[in-house]
Amino acid sequence: MAKRELQEINAGSMADIAFLLLIFFLVATTMDVDTGLTRLLPPIPEDEQEQEVKVNKRNVLVVLINRNDQLMVGGEFGTRVDQLKEITMEFFTNPTNDPTLPEKETKEVEFPPGSSPLLPPDGVWRGQVSKGVISLQNDRSTTYQQYLKVQNELVAAVNQLRQDFCKLYFDKDYNDLNMNNPTEKEIAEAIRDVYKMNISEAEPKNIGGLN
Amino acid sequence: MSKFKRKKGQGAQKINTSSLPDIIFMLLFFFMVSTTMRETEVQVQITPTEVSEVKKLEQKSLVSYIYIGRPAKHLQGLYGSEPMIQLNDKLVNEEGIPTEAVQDFVLFEREKLPEIEKNKMVMSLRIDQDIPMGKVDDVKQALRRAKALIINYSARKDYEDEGR
Repeated sequence: MAKRELQEINAGSMADIAFLLLIFFLVATTMDVDTGLTRLLPPIPEDEQEQEVKVNKRNVLVVLINRNDQLMVGGEFGTRVDQLKEITMEFFTNPTNDPTLPEKETKEVEFPPGSSPLLPPDGVWRGQVSKGVISLQNDRSTTYQQYLKVQNELVAAVNQLRQDFCKLYFDKDYNDLNMNNPTEKEIAEAIRDVYKMNISEAEPKNIGGLN
Repeated sequence: MSKFKRKKGQGAQKINTSSLPDIIFMLLFFFMVSTTMRETEVQVQITPTEVSEVKKLEQKSLVSYIYIGRPAKHLQGLYGSEPMIQLNDKLVNEEGIPTEAVQDFVLFEREKLPEIEKNKMVMSLRIDQDIPMGKVDDVKQALRRAKALIINYSARKDYEDEGR
C-alpha cells in the first residue's frame, strides 16, 4: 500500500465564513450599556385618606421646578442648577447647627468590626444624622431634561457626602467598594444608612397656574 | 545594472493571507463578548439627557423598558407627532388609555419573572429630553399603582460634568 501524504484542508474560505459571522454580529447586536439614575418611587398609601405626616418645617427643603424650568429652592426663586449640589449638601450636614436647617438625631450604625482605625473596636459608629428630607416638585410642563438634571444634582450631593465619609473612615472611594466582597458590601450599606437618600418625589400637582 | 532587476513581468506579489481568518475571528470574538443582542426596535425618537451620576444597570433580565418620545419620522404619518409611549417593543395606540396600558404591561412583565425576583423588577424609563413632565408623571403614577417601584431614569454619562 502506497503511503499517501496527508492532504491539507483548504482553509481559504475560512476568512469568508468568519467575515460572515462577524457581519451578522455587527448587525444584530448593540453596544450601548444601560446607564441611568435608579430611584425608588414611594408606594401608594394603603388607606385612601391623605396621610398627614408631621414633619418639622425646618426639616424639609422644597425644590420646585416651574413650567419655564426655573428653580425655587427653599422659598428662594432663581437658584441655578449648578448651585443645587452645594445647597443640598449644606442642608443634609448642617455644619453650623443653624436653626433654619434640619435637626439631627444621634444614631448608631454598625460597621464591620475592625474595618477602620477611626471607629471603636466593635465597629459601631455613633454620630449625628440629619432628619432632613428633600421634596422635589415639578409642573406638568417642566421638561424632562431639567427634571433629570435636578434629580442628578440631588443624587450627586448625597453621593458626595457618602464619598467623603468613605474617604475619611476607610480611605477608599465609595464607588470603588466591591459589592461582591461581603465586608465592603456591609460598609457600603452602612454608609448608605448614615446618609440616606431622602429625596421624595411629591404627588404631581400643578404649580404656577394654567397648564 | 541588472543585478537588482529581477522578477520583471511576474505581476504583483501575493500577500500571505493565511492569518486573515485568525484576525477576523479575533474581531468576531471581541464583538460577541462586548455587545448585546438588539431586542427591541425603538419607534420613538429619544435624545437622552446627559448627567453625571449615572450607574450601570445590572441584571438585564429584570429590566423592562418604557420609552416616551415623539414617533420616529417614518411613523409620523401614521401616528402624528404628539409624544407617545412605547412599552418594550409595542407602541401604545390611541385607543388604549396610556396609564392602563402601563399597568397591564407591568403585570405582564412581572409574570415573566421567577417568583423570588418579582419584587426586584426594574422599569427603565427612556424619555426624550424635551418631553413635558406631565406625561412622565402619569406614567410614574401608573407604575406606583402597579407597585413597580424601582425605576431607572435612563441617561447618558456626562463626562464634562465629572470634575465639578
